[in-house]
Parts: sequence; C-alpha cells; structure tokens
Amino acid sequence: MAKKQVVTATINGEEEVEFLCKPQQSLLEVLRDELDLTGAKEGCNNGNCGACTVMLNGHPVNSCLVLGVEAEGAEITTVESIAAGGELHPLQQCFLEDAALQCGICTPGFLVAAKALLEKNPDADEHAIRFNLANNLCRCTGYDKIVKAVQDCQEQMKESVS
Amino acid sequence: MSTETPDKPKTEAYLGITDYKVIGKRPIRHDGADKVTGKAIYTADFKLPGMLHGAILRSPHPHAKIKSIDTSEAEAMEGVMAVVTAADMPGLHDKVANLGEGAVNLLDLGSNVLAHEKVLYRGHAVAAVAAKTVHIAQEALKKIKVEYEELPAVTWVLDAMKEDAPILLDRVRTDDMGKMSEEPTNVAKHIRFEKGDIEDGFSKCDLVIEREFRTETVHQGYIEPHASVAMWNEDGHLKVWTATQGSFTARQQTAELLDLPVSQVTVTPCEIGGGFGGKIAVYTEPVAAMLSKKSGRPVKVTMQRNEVFEGTGPTPGSYMKVKLGATNDGKLVAGEAWLAYDAGAFPGGVIGPGCMCVFSCYDLEHAKVDGYDVLLNKPKTQAYRAPGSTHVAFAVETIVDEIAEKLEMDPIDFRIQNAAKEGTVRVDGLKYPRIGLVETLEAVKNSEHYQSTLEGPNKGRGVACGFWFNIGLKSSVTATVNPDGRVNLVEGSTDIGGTRTSIAMQFAETLGISAEDVIPQVANTDSIGYTDVTGGSRVTFSTGLAAYKCALDIQDQLRARAADLWECEPEQVIVDGDTYSHNGESLTFKDLAEKASKEGDPVVGSATVSPDCFTNGFAAHLADVEVDPETGKVTILRYTAVQDAGKAIHPSYVEGQMQGGAVQGIGWALNEEYFYDDKGNMKNASYLDYRMPTCLDVPMIETIIVEVPNPDHPYGVRGVGEPPICPPPAAIANAIYHATGVRMRELPMSPPKLWKAISERNA
Repeated sequence: MAKKQVVTATINGEEEVEFLCKPQQSLLEVLRDELDLTGAKEGCNNGNCGACTVMLNGHPVNSCLVLGVEAEGAEITTVESIAAGGELHPLQQCFLEDAALQCGICTPGFLVAAKALLEKNPDADEHAIRFNLANNLCRCTGYDKIVKAVQDCQEQMKESVS
Repeated sequence: MSTETPDKPKTEAYLGITDYKVIGKRPIRHDGADKVTGKAIYTADFKLPGMLHGAILRSPHPHAKIKSIDTSEAEAMEGVMAVVTAADMPGLHDKVANLGEGAVNLLDLGSNVLAHEKVLYRGHAVAAVAAKTVHIAQEALKKIKVEYEELPAVTWVLDAMKEDAPILLDRVRTDDMGKMSEEPTNVAKHIRFEKGDIEDGFSKCDLVIEREFRTETVHQGYIEPHASVAMWNEDGHLKVWTATQGSFTARQQTAELLDLPVSQVTVTPCEIGGGFGGKIAVYTEPVAAMLSKKSGRPVKVTMQRNEVFEGTGPTPGSYMKVKLGATNDGKLVAGEAWLAYDAGAFPGGVIGPGCMCVFSCYDLEHAKVDGYDVLLNKPKTQAYRAPGSTHVAFAVETIVDEIAEKLEMDPIDFRIQNAAKEGTVRVDGLKYPRIGLVETLEAVKNSEHYQSTLEGPNKGRGVACGFWFNIGLKSSVTATVNPDGRVNLVEGSTDIGGTRTSIAMQFAETLGISAEDVIPQVANTDSIGYTDVTGGSRVTFSTGLAAYKCALDIQDQLRARAADLWECEPEQVIVDGDTYSHNGESLTFKDLAEKASKEGDPVVGSATVSPDCFTNGFAAHLADVEVDPETGKVTILRYTAVQDAGKAIHPSYVEGQMQGGAVQGIGWALNEEYFYDDKGNMKNASYLDYRMPTCLDVPMIETIIVEVPNPDHPYGVRGVGEPPICPPPAAIANAIYHATGVRMRELPMSPPKLWKAISERNA
C-alpha cells in the first residue's frame, strides 16, 4: 500500500496542523481517525446523507467525498468549532430549544450546512432553507423542527443586529 | 424500597390535574449540548488502545450452498490479525432462546450473523476479518475464497409459497395453528384469528368490497450504520460497546451465540443514531467478539451503508387480500383478511402483529384473519416502527374510504361511527380499556385543516387512521440524591429520541423538583437492573412508570429522615411538591438532601416494573396532495398528524415522533422500496437510489396532540413512537384518489406506477 504523506491545513482556526494521511483516506477518515474530531459522522461514505458535512475553504462539503491529501493548505472547520468561547452558537441553542434533534447523528451535518446557509443568505425563506438542507438526511424528525430552528435562529440574529 | 408504592398506579388521582410543574413543559433535553457540539459518543466514535478494525465478507449471490471457505491467504496478509466464519461460533445450536420480547432459534440467529452451510440472500455475511486498519481488512476480504453452488432464488412472497418454489431451509416446517407440516416449506407459520361468524356477517351487509394489495420491502433507514466494539479479556469476560435499542437483549443474543453465561458479558449502549426496530437483532456484536477472542485485541466492526441495506433487517414486503362489509346505514359489520408477509431468510417476521392490527381501529362484530410468515431470499426482516401495522392500515383504510364514498358519507364521520372504543373486542380477543380513537378522529374533523377547502385540478384530500399496541415489558431505574439537591437517575432504556428527558421529567414531577435537577444516564448492563428493549413505544410509559415509583421510594426515605429530625412518625410528615412539613416546621427537597448527606444512610432509590398491559395508541392523519398527471409525481401540499398521547410529557418530543413517523410513512407511500432484478439481487443499496424523503420533499407537518389518559399509568402516558407511521400510505392513497379518480393498491405509489395507473384509466 502507498505510503502516508504529510498534509498541513488550518483546522478549526488552528493554523499549520500537520497530519499523516494515506492517499486513499478521505478527509472524513482523517478528521475522525487521525485528528480525533468525531463530530462529523459517517452515514453513507458516498456523499448521499450529509452527516459528514464540514466547511472546506468556506464551502460546505461532504468530507467523505474529499481526499485527505486534498486538504493541503486548506481551511477546514467542523461542528466542533461552532460553539465559540464556551458558548453555544444561536443555531445550536435554537436546535435545543426547538427539539430539532432526536437521535442526533445527523445534527452535526445539519448545523454546519445551516450555519453556512445563514451566513450566505440570512433571509433564506422556507423553500430556500429546505433546498439548501436537502443534502442532509434526517430519519427521525421529519425535518419540521429543523427548519423551524433555522427560522428561529434567523429571527434571533435579526434581533441581535437591530 | 418503598412499601407504600401501589402496584397499580391510580391514574384517577391525577386525572384533571393541569398544574403540573414539569410535565407538559418543554425543557431542553439533558443530552442536547453533547449532540449539538459533536461531543456525543456514538459507537463508531469510540476507540480503545490497540483496537483493530473489522470488515465483513458478504455473499454476492441471493441463494447458494457454501461448498468451501478458504481463509488462508487472508490470514497470511500483513496486518491481518484474525479471520472468522460460522465455524468459530460456538453457540450455533438448534435451540430456542427466549429473548424477552420474543423467542428465536439460535441456529437461525447465528446463521444470519454468519452464514452456515448456505447463503440465503445477497449481502448475507459469510466471514469477517480483523486487521490493523479498515483498509487492510477490506483488502483481506478479497483474499478469502468461497466456493458457492448457486441455487434459484425467490423474492416475491406468493412465488415463495408455491409448492415448486426453491426451499430456503430444509429444516423449516409450517406451524399451521399448532400443527406441524411434514414436508420442508417456505411457509413458516400460519396464524388465524376469528371473531363472530364471518359468513353470517357478510350476509347481513348491503355493500361488500374486496381488494388485493401489494407492498415492497422497505428499510428503517437510520442514518447511523450498525457498529460494535468488542474486547474479550483473558479472564473470559466479554465487553461490548454497541449501537443497540436494547443492551440486555444484545447481551443475551451475544452470550447465547458465543455460549457464554450472560453474566460474563457486559454491554454498554453508546449513543444510538436511530433504530426504529432495526437495531434489536445482533449483527456486528458477536462478530466483533469472535474477532477479539481470536486476535486478543479489541475489535471495532462498522458497517458500510450498502451493508446496512443488504445485510440487516428491512421490514417486509407483502401481499394482502382484504374484504370489508357494511350496511346501507353506514355500519361496518364484517371484515376478512388474508395476509402473506415476507419473513426474509429466516422464520419470525412481523405477520403476528399484522394480523392483530388489521381491524384494530374498528368495532367489527364479525372478523377473520389468516396470516402467513413466508421465507424468501431477502434479508431476515425486522421490526420497523409499528411492525406489520402500516401494511394493513394501507389496505383497510383505503377500502374504508371506498365504502364511505359509496355510502355518500363523510370519511371521518363514517370512521367515528365505526371506531373501536372502550369495550371493543379486537379480532385476536383483546378487549380495549379506555382508548382515544374517537377523540382523535373528532380532532381531525374539527381541525382548521379539515375545515379548510382544497381547490384546483389534480388536488385531493385523504384521511386514514392507524394503531399500535404499545407494550409494557420490564424496566429498572435507580437514583442517587446528591448533597446539592440534584439527583442522578440511572436507567437501562437506550435513548433514541429524547426519552432520557421524558423519564427524568416524570421523576422530577413526582418529587416536585425541576427537570434540570435530574441528571439522567443510560447505564451498561452491569450497572442497572434488567431493562427490555427500547421498542414497542414502551419507554416513556414503562420506564417512566419505574421512574415514578423510584421517586416515590426516595420520597418515602426523605419523609423518614424528616420524621427523625422532627421526632415524629413518617406518616405525620406532609409532602407537598418539594416541601416536607410537620407542625409548622418545613424543609425543601434540597434542604433534606443536604441534611441526609451529612448523617445516616445515603439516599438511593430504586424501582423495577413489568406492567402487563398495552397502552393502545391511535393516530389519524390528513393529507392534501397535488398529482402531476404528466409524470405521476405526488406533491404533499399540507399534512396534519393527530394522535392520542394519553398525556404528552414533553410535547415537543411527542410532536417530533408524530412528524418523524409521518415523514417515514410518506417515504414508504411515495418512494421507498427494495428493487430486485430477476435473479434476486437488490439493485438500489444506497441512499441515492433508495430514495428517502429529504426536507425538500415534505411540507411542515402540523400536529394535534389529543390526551385521553391511559388508565394504567399515573400520569396517563400512552406510547407515541409507532402509531404515526401507520396512516400515511392510506391517507395519501385516498388523497391521490380524490385528486385523480385512481385507486392505488400498490406501494410505493411512485411516479412510474401512478403515471401508469392514470394512463390506463385514461385509455
């Protein structure tokens, strides 16, 4: 088998994180197995469920479809970085208050994808929210409370700005 | 232990109480922060020092004899530490083991975990490897040489019942209502329930409708693939960390297959990423354990998604013939059903509950049900949310809609007029206690949704109801009062959807403390008393009942401690919420907790329960759809789920169950199915091709919670998890009919099927 390579990336704000990576290892495997960031989950390992969603250079991606070696020089953020300074992000708080999770396995992926959406389009309407979260499968909630949590977060973010 | 705790809770004492301090509120779930920050530990997240990674070799054939397995090349590979096959499984005996919620033949259970002599479905596990990395393990699978002799396969239930069908297991005989057949067969069981005189019943009817139905195999679809970590220690003690709905049933199945006493196995349930009935049977646990024994190292086995589809239990496809008769004044009189459900590759499918549920929503004087449990070359079927009930609800509720239409009656009025109620005797002989179907249907009728008008071409509205028993079984709870006045609550029920909180809330309510002052924890099998599986919508009911009794136990202990302080008899201490008082003196729960910690015995409560009853949950759903006649695509415009929860402990999570069940039912109705080619190979074993609903496919799911208290629970709780999956296929089929004039009797009602039906009707 091919030898491991050294890859350097910025991960959750920490610059020049070095890790060893085999050519066939996905970014998801690297995050979970090499860097102990197990917040991103493996639901399908082929890009269909979104449970492994992380931010790569500012875009939400299925980390199971990115190779670890492709992360060279990249900026990666995961669910572990959403709560900052010991406080939950408003989106996390809304997920809790609105009971937007049941088993919780899809939740990290939804949080990363929803945060990316709200940063890009804070006024996304229900259809836009559903369209942008359609890459993420949830089997427990029927999506209702997830969409409502994102909408409630929009309201809160507007209030905090005004 | 309390001596005063009544064996049967007195719901009457609580009925009418509306000023609950905790129950009915919406506190944040205790495990929530872990789950929104990525810190919650699911099995696949879990690592042990020196841990190896396992991979499982699966059959490429739907039906074949295993002539030989040569593992030598794989074993010789660098980095491979162990290879196992069924030959390594010591407990592969022809013995029936009682697993609490059902019995299973160990030869069937074990042969499903690792194939023995034959492979019976594509994806059937044949061998497993443990290696230093998962990549090495997967490479090693390719080096295992299995010689197969292919056999003809059968994947449609009626074909499998034919006399000349390929036989899956030579040892299977038909258990025909207690009489065993002589020849090998694929029909493992024939069940019959009868009530009244069916012929006499139909002779009294003015209108009799008989229809045939077909449904395809569907999967529970939980997002977390099955995973286990096992560590077999040198002293013979086995520790397993796993994704299971029942740590004790996982322990027993694993112990039986490995020929170990249950006390020698510790199962720790990790956080679980969905189950819906599919994470009760063991798959990876015994395999990881055998690999650990052979390698001397801890081993993790995690499935890939295609393995979940092909190698774990979906819920059955079915053929159903159902006949219902009514009089012109709108009285349902008689019902007859002939049901054949896939068992999958081994006996023991969900035909039993299917037969019990078929007419469960109606007060029928005459009924007869015949049910067949049929082996075929698909994975061994497992429970899926109200197992067996959704199939029959699809059949019965679409015929009921047809009858109501022919009699020119409102479909809800017709259902209310015929609804099962207290005293109704179901076809299997059970007499209902107080149930809430009529109230549920009335809530649908009075809803803003039903009162609204739906206008426009190709649009239609449909209604349907559904039922699930909700079981009791066994639960244990213990609790420790801390000096700071908070309580650690330990339970054995694995928490799939927020039950830690619904149990903690009942405990808190009983003690008059806040939900936040209870810290609930799911423990491993060494650390809590026996607790049955999280299934049957039983946890908030049954483990909640244990928590209630445990709280009363603690209340009694604190009352005694207060009596010591005040030098009076415990009975003289008055307890009101969290306040204990006597003769003008009073102490709160927190005060007493602190005092009790300073002297005397620690305050530790415990309770065990095994309620021998069903809580009987009913749901009714209302769907508005629009059908595109050019493509057959159905869009859900509006959807309302109504359900009797008895008492909603945490309304948000009750709504969540109703919404989640509804959307699973919508997927089952419109898209989901296992596709098989003519050789019996599943062709869509990925989330891309097994198309579950995304959030773009569904609207908001409106909910109305009805509360008709369950007389067998102190707070009136009924199980809520399962009933909401039953009505959607029928409600949507009825809506499609009212939109297009086409009656759909096959699931899923996917665009090609609906388009074909519309085209045939137009021709």
